[in-house]
Amino acid sequence: MGRPSFDQPFVIGRVASATGDVPAVSTQLELTDYLGSLKVRFSINRMKYTVDPGLYAVGHPDKDSPVLVTGNYKTSFDHVRRALHGRDVWLLVLDTKGVNVWCAAGKGAFGTNELVARINSIELPKIVGHKKVILPQLSGPGIAGYIVKQLTGFRVIYGPVEAIDIPKFIDNGLRATSEMRQKDFPITERIVLIPVEVIQSIKYVLLVAALCFLAGGLLHTADFWNKAVAGAKFGLYASMCAVVGGAMLTPLLLPWLPGKAFSMKGMAAGFLVFVVLITWWYIVYGHQLSLIQILAYLFIISSGSSFAGMNFTGCSTYTSLSGVKKEMRIAVPIQIVAVVVGFGAWVGAGFIS
Amino acid sequence: MQKLTYLKDVVTLSLNQEKCTSCGACLEVCPRNVLARNNGSVDVVDRDACIECGACALNCPFGAISVKAGVGCAMAVINSALGRKGSCCCNTDTKDYNMDKQPSSSCGC
Ligand code: SF4
Ligand code: SF4
Repeated sequence: MGRPSFDQPFVIGRVASATGDVPAVSTQLELTDYLGSLKVRFSINRMKYTVDPGLYAVGHPDKDSPVLVTGNYKTSFDHVRRALHGRDVWLLVLDTKGVNVWCAAGKGAFGTNELVARINSIELPKIVGHKKVILPQLSGPGIAGYIVKQLTGFRVIYGPVEAIDIPKFIDNGLRATSEMRQKDFPITERIVLIPVEVIQSIKYVLLVAALCFLAGGLLHTADFWNKAVAGAKFGLYASMCAVVGGAMLTPLLLPWLPGKAFSMKGMAAGFLVFVVLITWWYIVYGHQLSLIQILAYLFIISSGSSFAGMNFTGCSTYTSLSGVKKEMRIAVPIQIVAVVVGFGAWVGAGFIS
Repeated sequence: MQKLTYLKDVVTLSLNQEKCTSCGACLEVCPRNVLARNNGSVDVVDRDACIECGACALNCPFGAISVKAGVGCAMAVINSALGRKGSCCCNTDTKDYNMDKQPSSSCGC
């Protein structure tokens, strides 16, 4: 395991340690750091946003300074160093393959073996006099604290969930309050997830529009182009509304939407969008859609939105696998039936009109 | 702020009082305040808040906690059902923390 390079943009100097010089990092984020995080949010270069693993210094740490451990996903690393402004600590970065702490711990990359190997390779016992390493709370699913202790002698202390609480945690004698321990899902966190959700659903929107284009044309070959375009329009409107419901409103309004199951919340959000769409069309164009066409929109939008909402379970921070499986057993068959009924209604409407 | 909770009565978490020494390791690592100390002994106090992350079971030195750990992600469930592996949030291989047993496999996220 090599040492981290000094030639990284956030390195501002070097600090001597018992085993040689260690790169010292800035606690100030630059515009490029913010832009980098933003790019990752929008799924650009998602997998390559990393820093070198290994030991870093913040301020001027010595033998008694705390050792904080984090992953090498650059956004996590940035949050930690920014939170440590004005402090003297060692920062041990594990190789989590550029994945954030929580997912890396679930996957095993932020794991007992990696931590033990890293403690040994940097010869941590020579660098600090104490026997404690502070880990982010959310690395718990990957790290067996008592095994780390057995293998290295270092005691694992779980710090707060949020980097911003680290100074308070240190001042509090390395004790986290129960608020610092709890992972919630506030609106700010939900909003930043919306862009990724929407971008990921674009391919479904295009797929649905393309299928409806073909279906529209092929069912009425006499009038292929007109019907195909009408089909594409229907597919586009319906699936875009489903995205607005499932990928935008569901994250935004999560605690206030009815039900506990995400598929239920997604369906409710989709219904909301459907009502707005139909009302708006009625106001602008007057009485134009037949009842059966309206039903087609209703079924497609609410089932699509329910599906997109259900997919948001993966980004949420309070769902369990058992729960997701349970809701899917009920929701998926309903979604499929609703899609079939919706398309059936639309096809039927095409023949009636 | 009120803690958001998911479906009721679904999680696979259980704590074996006979093996538990009330050491408190699990209390430190649970991100959902599911466990708490009650008159000295540790117990499950908010089951429905549990997200089956497995941190408590992995960090219990005495194998007192069992939980089927995995990621609560619908896409992962779909990918598993379709036999897809790879990419982020890929599948739901569960780590079965059963008392005395080491986790059987790693999960994808
Ligand atoms: S970590 Fe295990 S032994 Fe310790 S309190 Fe929790 S359940 Fe009991
Ligand atoms: S599985 Fe995770 S959320 Fe559930 S009790 Fe254990 S540590 Fe807490």
